[in-house]
Amino acid sequence: MEAINNLISQGAVQDVLFWVFAALTLICAILVIANPFSRSPVTSAMFLVLTIISMAGLFVLLHAFFLAAVQILVYAGAVMVLFLFVIMLLDLKEEQRRKIKLFGLVTGLIAVGGIVSVFLKALASAGNGTDAPKLEGETYALGKLLFTQYTLPFEIVSVLLLVAMVGVILLSKRKLE
Amino acid sequence: MDWNFIIFSVVKVAVVFGVLMTMVAYSVMAERKIAAWIQDRPGPNRVAPPFVKYIPVLGPMLTRLGFFQPLADGLKSFLKEDFTPGGVKKIYFWLAPAVAVVPALMTVAVIPFGSVMGGQQMVIANLNVGILYTFGIVSLGVYGIVLAGYAANSKYPFLGGIRASAQMISYEIAMGMSVIPVLLIAGDLNLSDIITWQTSHGWLILYAPVSFVIFLVSAFAETNRTPFDFAEAEQELAGGYNVEYSSMKFAMFPMGEYAAMLASAGMMVTLFFGGWTLPFWGLDQPAQSLPMGLAHILVFLAKMLVFMVVFIWVRWMFPRFRYDQLMDLGWRRFLPLALANILITAIVLWIRS
Repeated sequence: MEAINNLISQGAVQDVLFWVFAALTLICAILVIANPFSRSPVTSAMFLVLTIISMAGLFVLLHAFFLAAVQILVYAGAVMVLFLFVIMLLDLKEEQRRKIKLFGLVTGLIAVGGIVSVFLKALASAGNGTDAPKLEGETYALGKLLFTQYTLPFEIVSVLLLVAMVGVILLSKRKLE
Repeated sequence: MDWNFIIFSVVKVAVVFGVLMTMVAYSVMAERKIAAWIQDRPGPNRVAPPFVKYIPVLGPMLTRLGFFQPLADGLKSFLKEDFTPGGVKKIYFWLAPAVAVVPALMTVAVIPFGSVMGGQQMVIANLNVGILYTFGIVSLGVYGIVLAGYAANSKYPFLGGIRASAQMISYEIAMGMSVIPVLLIAGDLNLSDIITWQTSHGWLILYAPVSFVIFLVSAFAETNRTPFDFAEAEQELAGGYNVEYSSMKFAMFPMGEYAAMLASAGMMVTLFFGGWTLPFWGLDQPAQSLPMGLAHILVFLAKMLVFMVVFIWVRWMFPRFRYDQLMDLGWRRFLPLALANILITAIVLWIRS
């Protein structure tokens, strides 16, 4: 009992969970894009859902409960359901056999490069994590930060969403042209 | 976190799971019985194990009430042939029933079903983002139905799955928006704290009636209950997403549906009707003794029962909507109403502060 108690209090459970979730995230993410058993878009979408859920698990381990809940609510619960909806509505039999095109490869690599460089920059400028701000009561803290310090980026993102919505309405109303 | 915490959590999970499953079984029985009463017929009234007829008064009474029907139903589900049609996508076909049940069970984890018993808080996980957690998990519930529709690889289930995905996304938005005034008023995402707030200020239904109406209707849509049961609409889709299923795999879908109904009843009780509290007999404070703790749990279950009866009652009183009416209601009525509700609540709170 004593030994187990010690193990628990030293964060052994958290460590094990971290490795489990990290491994799950990576494996599922790889299976999204390069699944050797199936090229079905539905399978890819389902693995993306698993990736998102295991990432939410990582957020929980960082005590970022708000982020974890929103991650599942928005991405797994809404965005991916829409993905599935669209995939199922389009008959994607042809897509299952499609080869990778050069254009897709190049643009994809550029996008990946951009994201990786942003991550590397963020990692280089970050400390080792021990002095990271505690996010307890994080919903309140997060809301306050979003609406004071980061108001401008926040509003820009919302304008981006508005643009997307206007675009959708324009596309769905062909008669306007 | 220590050893005690783990033991008590496991016990709580086991008990809650057991109670929930029993309630699911008896909800099905209640559904059949209430349907029968509404349609002026006796309903299930004769299934009973052989020894029951030797119990003097109670035995026949329980038999007439259909008390043993869930046992027979469950046994039937287990013993039926589990048939897998040719041409189904096997992995998803096996996965879908499980995916349909799990989210409904997970939602219950954050709902406080009682105050304190033996020094333990009567909630499995007292999360400080309780409401968001429930919405997150509830939003995963759609995968069970969508995957079932996709896996069956035939027309009607597929249409059911497609319908379910669009319907549940639409009403999730209305549902999520409807709760925001509640959060604004109570000022917390933690469900236990919302209950505490309600003990000192009165139930939230008095402050946010519009939220409650939207939440209630959205709950019907989210759990695929009539008048919004488009995913399985017998007359249109011959049963919808679960047509190809049989035996226990089929039974998992109704189980998930009833568990989701119980979870949303629990959420409504917690958010709008004071959870485990009652404003009199000193029932609004955390319990000091074991009997009071039990009383709190009973109060919570009784409130949930009321909502379960409403769920069942509505099913047998209202016809199904048309699909475009459903979408119209969700997007063009509820969403603007919920947004206006948020705005008005925020303005009122701002003026009063």
